[in-house]
Amino acid sequence: MLVELSHITRSFRVARRDAGMKQALRSLFSREYTVIKALDDVSFKICEGEIVGYIGPNGAGKSTTIKIMSGILVPDSGSCVIDGLVPWKNRRRHAENIGVVFGQRSQLWWDVPVADSFELIRDIYRVPEADYKKRLYELVETLGLSEILRTPARQLSLGQRMRCEIAASLLHGPKLLFLDEPTIGLDAVSKLAVREFIKRQNCERGTTIILTTHDVRDIEALAERVLLIGHGRILFDGTFQKLLAEAPGAENPEQALAEVYRKYEIL
Amino acid sequence: MKSSNTRKPPRLRAYLSIFRIRFLGSLQYRIAAYAGIVTQFAWGGMTVLLFGAFYRGGGRFPMEYPQLSSYIWLQQAFLALFMSWFFDPEIFELITSGNIAYELARPADIYFIWFTKNAAIRCSKAALRCLPILAASLLLPKPYGLSLPASPLAFIMFCVTMALALGVIVAFSMFVYIAAFYTISSLGLRMLALALLDFFTGALIPLPFFPEWLRTAVELSPFGAMQNLPLCIWCGHIAGAEMWKSFGLGVFWLVALVTAGKLWMARALRRVTIQGG
Repeated sequence: MLVELSHITRSFRVARRDAGMKQALRSLFSREYTVIKALDDVSFKICEGEIVGYIGPNGAGKSTTIKIMSGILVPDSGSCVIDGLVPWKNRRRHAENIGVVFGQRSQLWWDVPVADSFELIRDIYRVPEADYKKRLYELVETLGLSEILRTPARQLSLGQRMRCEIAASLLHGPKLLFLDEPTIGLDAVSKLAVREFIKRQNCERGTTIILTTHDVRDIEALAERVLLIGHGRILFDGTFQKLLAEAPGAENPEQALAEVYRKYEIL
Repeated sequence: MKSSNTRKPPRLRAYLSIFRIRFLGSLQYRIAAYAGIVTQFAWGGMTVLLFGAFYRGGGRFPMEYPQLSSYIWLQQAFLALFMSWFFDPEIFELITSGNIAYELARPADIYFIWFTKNAAIRCSKAALRCLPILAASLLLPKPYGLSLPASPLAFIMFCVTMALALGVIVAFSMFVYIAAFYTISSLGLRMLALALLDFFTGALIPLPFFPEWLRTAVELSPFGAMQNLPLCIWCGHIAGAEMWKSFGLGVFWLVALVTAGKLWMARALRRVTIQGG
């Protein structure tokens, strides 16, 4: 059991205000808040070596769960143990166990060559030189990075950057990898390459992977198991095929997923 | 994948890496450096001549004119190290967007990473700009140019207190970054810091020219160590026992500011993880 979440609950206070001058002035003195329950009694377990697709409509609570599992957000209640550590309590040690690719964020320094960013990551994660060299070689080979190692990140295309981000997240050999929208914006060839790489990584290295994505094809290609979250609750935990079976009339996976969302009233 | 059981490299390596990469990265920006050199040279020349006019008018001055000229030229040559208005926009962006949270997913000490980054950028900019100005001002005719340091010891202590000045300035800047966690817009803070620093470090008017009571107060504060100390040491205005005292005081301020900054940052980051960015 690598990942174990039990009864995780997390709410956010969000300031609310109607439009208009009067309201704007009033908000200077007293703020109105609404409490949004982002996660409501979320529990699940993930074994080492699994690839899990974590899906749900926008605002369902996916990012919040990932943040809690990364140790960058503290839940209101419940427990989370990953590889024997509580993420937000042992943040630094936990960070050495995990790799993250958050789609919109870049790990690379944008005006220096990619190779420099990689070396910096090696130093931050304190990867022994021999391990680093070996891993770097593997990643460069399998992701096809040899041409672009000396290019600054700002001059890379999105596909190239994504492959570098994925390599960057694996340099320290984490047990658990969070992939948030890894194929967003990529062309067809790059998408296939990334999916292929993820599968290999999981097969050959046994890296546990939690994949959040809206791309149904990603799920289809990669995830043996799917967790569906909606309105802060886990609504489905099983294989992707079983999920598709809940929408028998659908013509393709996208339709099936939409059907399932409607069925669970989360859209 | 299990890594081999070799010992892990020390954490320090990360900071040296950051320094090196940021330093080298900033060297790319050469056009800005050329512009800076021209500006600083012009500004230095104007200021030296301006003070020259005051000195010619007669009266008692706290420093000899050649000492003052050296002070001004060094101030301009190393402006990038001392400047009050440099703040890394990336950091503010991280904080206001809430993306700072993602930095916490790495096993890094954010305070020291930002500290090293800032220091590296300042050093890099100064390295690009200082040599032409130092060379040119050394060649200027006697009272208007840069004179050699007052003594070999003065030169050594100049170098040491320059490093100290860098540390104190960056440690002070860290407060501006951390304060950004608590406000939505950092602009007001930056302007406040800018005004404070420009005046109290002696950037506008060299500290020796302050009224006695104010000068004493400022030299006891961290501001005294931010540029005034090394500049005065070079031209011999601060020497002997006073030099060692001021140096000790500067070290105290460095330690105090870094400790306070680290503590405050830990609190601010806790807020981020509990509130959600």
